[in-house]
Amino acid sequence: MLNNYLLFGILPVLSISAILVFIRFLKGPYTLDRVVSLDFLINIGIGIIAIYSIVTDHSAFLDVAMILALIAFLGSIAFSYYLEQRGKR
Amino acid sequence: MEIIIMAMTSVGTLFILIAAIGLIRMPDFFLRLSVTIKAATLGLGFIMGGTALYFLEFSVTAKVIAIIFFLLITAPVSGHMIGRTAYFTGMKLWKGTILDELKGKYDRKTHSLTSDGDDPSERTPPVDEL
Repeated sequence: MLNNYLLFGILPVLSISAILVFIRFLKGPYTLDRVVSLDFLINIGIGIIAIYSIVTDHSAFLDVAMILALIAFLGSIAFSYYLEQRGKR
Repeated sequence: MEIIIMAMTSVGTLFILIAAIGLIRMPDFFLRLSVTIKAATLGLGFIMGGTALYFLEFSVTAKVIAIIFFLLITAPVSGHMIGRTAYFTGMKLWKGTILDELKGKYDRKTHSLTSDGDDPSERTPPVDEL
């Protein structure tokens, strides 16, 4: 019951939202749009990993989610820092 | 217990879906930024809570609390950095925006902030930022 609901109800909706974010990632008019959508893509990945760890009943996948939560922060901070320094004299 | 897990994951997924639709539909960069950061953090918190309720072990709950803590700490910081960068690089506001409170208060060259009464020419040079 729970597994079927997660597999056929929750995961497709998360995938649809990942596709929507990826459309913004492809067409975003500015570089910062791409940075924001990359951050959000990684967040959706964390959600998918959590749902998948419920479905397969392995809690070890949550370690990956924890590392991804840190990497996303580092990535967006680095991108915005260097984009800001570019316009500075 | 299954009903609670299903309800929590559904609410979290709905928030993430609404954030994704907002990321597509919003007309302005700053609106997109605000939609994404807030709604995605709330949705991920709900999904993580559902995971903790499913396993009901101490180690999994500790990991889930660590993930939520990282998200709650890092989302406002990265959102602020990205918004600041966008304002400095001259991101255009939406044509319906009626108020820009930061207009004229940022020095475009040194990236330092002045308050209302200051004369920008008499300001001390900023200390080295990180």
